[in-house]
Amino acid sequence: MIEVVVNGERRAVPAEATLLDLLGVLGLDPRIVVVEHNRTIVRRPELAQRRLAPDDAIELVHFVGGG
Amino acid sequence: MTTAVELVKDAPFTIGGRTFQSRLMVGTGKYRSNEEMVRAIEASGAEIVTVAVRRVDLDRTHDAGILHHLDPKRFFLLANTAGCFSAADAIRYARLAREAGFNEFVKLEVIGDQETLLPDAAGLLEATTVLVREGFKVLAYTNEDLITALRLEEAGAAAVMPLASPIGSGLGLLNPFSVRTIKRRLRVPVVVDAGVGTASDACLTMEQGVDGILMNTALAAAQDPVAMAHAMRLAVEAGRAAFLAGRMPRREVAMPSSPLEGMLD
Repeated sequence: MIEVVVNGERRAVPAEATLLDLLGVLGLDPRIVVVEHNRTIVRRPELAQRRLAPDDAIELVHFVGGG
Repeated sequence: MTTAVELVKDAPFTIGGRTFQSRLMVGTGKYRSNEEMVRAIEASGAEIVTVAVRRVDLDRTHDAGILHHLDPKRFFLLANTAGCFSAADAIRYARLAREAGFNEFVKLEVIGDQETLLPDAAGLLEATTVLVREGFKVLAYTNEDLITALRLEEAGAAAVMPLASPIGSGLGLLNPFSVRTIKRRLRVPVVVDAGVGTASDACLTMEQGVDGILMNTALAAAQDPVAMAHAMRLAVEAGRAAFLAGRMPRREVAMPSSPLEGMLD
């Protein structure tokens, strides 16, 4: 296992996990979540290719109510 | 625009190459329930609906996202950069919003002060310049200052959105003169954003000749948001129709409406 930071919280994920794997573990639908990996936006088709490394920072955002 | 009579001839309301029927845009924040929000949006007749970009709550993910409640095929989702206090943050949020895949429009907010939530003109101009270069259609939330509005237009903003009064204040249109001046001088659409509290505020704002209004708290914080949304729809239509009709001149003295001739001795 390795530790990464997801939305500001440290989480353990399997070594070699991809961003798509991470969304799967968290139960998130990749169609309604936008992923930022170390400050770079990762497009949906690339989620399965992008592997996580220790201490990577991942932001998972979506649309919420707002003005 | 839906009107009671066919006599009111209005130009289409077009922003960034997209044409809309309703001149009222609404936000989706602060409603007591999602069900009430959806009913209020329906009652408002709005097609453009604003949303914010925030972290997914990893502990309860299944009902927090707005897309579980709003059909993006039915409404035009306009992402905002609310909560951003620098051009860099606003640019980051805009890019994330575009990646959600709905459109390239962004309601750009760069806030300069925590207490008043008034816009930071320098940051706004900087972020507009960068985002326009990246192909965004920028709707810039700004103060009611003509020079800032002109600079935003020069920077390529698709619309300029001067405030009526501070966000969430419900104080109504504090500076009709400035808003009217901005509308007169700009070629891009002018949409008043923030500060409208009740239907008369919306009507007065539209009577200045602006292209539309964006509101959120006036609906969400009303005792009955659905009824207020209906009132706002009527007020925006009434204000627009009155503007197109052209009001009578103001006079400082009375002028009788009935004939002076034919009075009895």
